[in-house]
Amino acid sequence: MATYELNVNGQAKKVNVDPGTPLLWVLREELKMTGTKYGCGISACGACTVHLAGVASRSCVIPVSLVGDRKITTIEGVGQDPVGRTVQEAWVAKDVVQCGYCQSGQIMSAVALLKATPKPTDANIEESMGGNLCRCATYVRIREAIKSAAEQIG
Amino acid sequence: MLRNHRLLFPVFLFLLLGWMTCIALASRAGINSGNVVADTKLADGLAAWEQVYSVLTSPRCINCHTATNYPQQGDDRHRHFANVVRGPGNIGVPALTCEGCHQEVNADSTGVPGAPGWHLAPLSMRWQDTNDRPLSSAAVCRAVTDRSRNENMDGPDLLKHHEKADLVLWAWNPGRRPDSTMRTLPPLTHAQFVAATRTWVDAGTPCPRGR
Repeated sequence: MATYELNVNGQAKKVNVDPGTPLLWVLREELKMTGTKYGCGISACGACTVHLAGVASRSCVIPVSLVGDRKITTIEGVGQDPVGRTVQEAWVAKDVVQCGYCQSGQIMSAVALLKATPKPTDANIEESMGGNLCRCATYVRIREAIKSAAEQIG
Repeated sequence: MLRNHRLLFPVFLFLLLGWMTCIALASRAGINSGNVVADTKLADGLAAWEQVYSVLTSPRCINCHTATNYPQQGDDRHRHFANVVRGPGNIGVPALTCEGCHQEVNADSTGVPGAPGWHLAPLSMRWQDTNDRPLSSAAVCRAVTDRSRNENMDGPDLLKHHEKADLVLWAWNPGRRPDSTMRTLPPLTHAQFVAATRTWVDAGTPCPRGR
């Protein structure tokens, strides 16, 4: 066991866990922040996506010992950011969600995409969101919401 | 006295011819020795290159030297899962970058390999064809030694790259797979790989003939 001081959504958090514990489980089990979802556990589905220093990252495969001092942003905190807030509003406006399980990861990835590529093409969206799976197949609405958010961000 | 003088000229001529013959033979022998040395060095260099090639085409190296828009993974060199793509900078695309999973060291508890600056080699340094088959020894050698394609590295730069580059070194410390077994290593040790590279570089980075 080891103690780690994490910056999660702008707040300092201290946890005492095994160094190999994936960040996902630190968020969900230790910090009780359950907005970030467990999907596959092998970084194949994107449900666990958070931002590490702004980079969309798969929290299910990143041991907490490797997080260091990078700022962690989760679905609970992404709305504090103008782009994050705009994406969340677009998600509501386009009624993207069906079952909702994958949507935290979808939103985190969409925010990362729009921050890097404010006016994404369909190809940009397909490539960047290609690692986020949705068993309800809400892909068409996800694309519409990303385009809508891009227009809002201007 | 006169008779002695008459003998002197043939003796002198004989000695002169003998001396010239010796010089000629010695000179010829010297040239042959140079050729032998050069031929040996070239042969050693080409043999060393084949050792280097055996490492470059092992999965730990060639999986990220693809000709396609995606990396490979595993000893069977299958397409990287999760729809990972190359991206314009060879580091993936926003929301799906290499560093989104691959950290600066191996994550053995989760089975994700890592090293500083994890990325795909540029297409100019592809060592496979578009059907994921490794290129020939001659073709890979041409790619590696073409300074317009290899980030302008000369022989000593290539040696340094093989000795010290983080991603090269990772091949001999590839960490554990998700099932906790160790990843397969290249066919040579790193020391053998560097030694082979040094021999090849010392020989002038010769490449095999052929396509």
